[in-house]
Amino acid sequence: MSSELHDLYQEVILDHNKRPRNFGTLEDADRSAAGHNPLCGDRLTVHLKLDNDGVSEVSFEGSGCAISKASASIMTDAVKGKSRDEIEHLFREFHTLLTGDPSVREKASAELGKLAVFEGVREFPIRVKCATLPWHTLKAALDGRKDAATTE
Amino acid sequence: MPGRRNRSGGEVMTVARNREETAGAEAGRPAFDVASVRAQFPALSLEVYGKPLVYLDSAASAQKPSAVLDAEMRCYREFYANVHRGVHYLSIAATAAYEGARSKVQALLNAPSARDIVFVRGTTEGINLVASTYGRQHVRQDDEVLVTTMEHHSNIVPWQMLCEATGGVLRVVPIDDDGALIMDEFFALLSDRTKIVAVGHVSNALGTINPVGSIVDAAHSYGAKVLIDGAQAVPHMAVDVQALDCDFYTFSGHKAFGPTGIGALYGKGELLRSMPPYEGGGEMISSVTFEKTEFREPPARFEAGTPNIAGAIALGAVVDFLDDLGYEAIGAHEEDLLSYATAMLEAVPGLTLVGTAERKAGVLSFLIDGVHAHDVGTIVDREGVAIRVGHHCAQPVMDRFGIAATARASLALYNTREDIDRLVEALGKVKEVFG
Repeated sequence: MSSELHDLYQEVILDHNKRPRNFGTLEDADRSAAGHNPLCGDRLTVHLKLDNDGVSEVSFEGSGCAISKASASIMTDAVKGKSRDEIEHLFREFHTLLTGDPSVREKASAELGKLAVFEGVREFPIRVKCATLPWHTLKAALDGRKDAATTE
Repeated sequence: MPGRRNRSGGEVMTVARNREETAGAEAGRPAFDVASVRAQFPALSLEVYGKPLVYLDSAASAQKPSAVLDAEMRCYREFYANVHRGVHYLSIAATAAYEGARSKVQALLNAPSARDIVFVRGTTEGINLVASTYGRQHVRQDDEVLVTTMEHHSNIVPWQMLCEATGGVLRVVPIDDDGALIMDEFFALLSDRTKIVAVGHVSNALGTINPVGSIVDAAHSYGAKVLIDGAQAVPHMAVDVQALDCDFYTFSGHKAFGPTGIGALYGKGELLRSMPPYEGGGEMISSVTFEKTEFREPPARFEAGTPNIAGAIALGAVVDFLDDLGYEAIGAHEEDLLSYATAMLEAVPGLTLVGTAERKAGVLSFLIDGVHAHDVGTIVDREGVAIRVGHHCAQPVMDRFGIAATARASLALYNTREDIDRLVEALGKVKEVFG
């Protein structure tokens, strides 16, 4: 297998794809939003419970490729208990990790913890949207938007 | 071309008949030499990721032979000028080449007259043209337009837009679990309200070859007109619009080894003459004042503005290219390849083919247990194998099978058994990654 593929499909990602965390509906969710990647047909929904300014509970459901599913799974773990500002900061850093130039990627990678496992996606520009779809959807839920989030 | 079109019934190119014709043609025509065919396609000798390219995405767009590339370049280098309006040498030469290409497309489809061939940007424009002209003229409140579940979005959306504008109703002929049309349902849906039946000759997502001859006959018995989307047929099989008796037939150049931005629409002469213009502009008028404009006869009426001159000429070169090889030989080669590919893919553990109709062209849509099509596509790409993943612009097909996406390998005349072996090998890597 090429090293790029190996970096893309890391064990952690394959594990979260197979056994996604926080998968399913969330009873009494305060917010829900749907996300859609028209390119590949991936669809997912993110449910949230809000606590003051932060996310106290979060889950997701839907179908998608290994990258989007693992991204959603690891994202839900990462944002639970975080404030809105912290989540937006994480999303920005995550985006930098996938698309930024090397000078800024290192700092992002250090701040992202487990999310840094998606660094290999940057070698596959067409798959960046798979990794960011859950985040766009989470943001739509936080913003209380009714229309579906899309990667377009 | 003479002697190539001895069709009788309305059914064009069943797979079985194709085999018989090949047997008969063996004496007069050299066997299909795929190596020499491949040598004519520059892109097929590319390497990607350090590996020889295996191109299995021709249903999305086909690669181009040198003869077609040269024809387009030669037009720009040697006889390029605007068509139909100049009295000078180059314009006369360009017009002759452009109209010559129209005659070649006429021969390709066995249309009765070159005047029945309208150059369009592609299949999508061909369908939109008919929906906006004939459709607007004839579909009224509660009239029905029939499409099928397996249509490409381009053969759904224009009709949906037409129905929204006119109060017409879009009805859908269902497909069975193999991806074949349920003909009884089609017959049951036909009625005096049916004004247009729009159907793909070959499904891009499933490979199903539809019984378009029977569809035309049944539709005509209710006075409905039939448009056939031939985008996936022309690259693979002989089409005879007179034998089919279809009212409209349209295809894209780029899926048939020609350039992008050019395609053709065939329409029966009397229908084209009765239709209003599609777009207004130069070329399509006979006289213009601010009070009234007179439109030209078809096909000029439907070709507003300067057309894709070099593209049309290259499309003419496509016709020559296909004619040199012969559809009989192409069909036999692809039929062999399809059965080989089907057997090889069915033997891959965890793989399910989607689209297993009895009559199929070279499209292999598949699912792999536990692995999303998008991941399959990325992994085989790194092995140098180009396939398409996703909904293939046929979301209703995906919904029908309860899936979000498939991986699709599509075959063309230049593919080989080795290409299939490389695909199967690459699918082994998918298993390596996902376990």
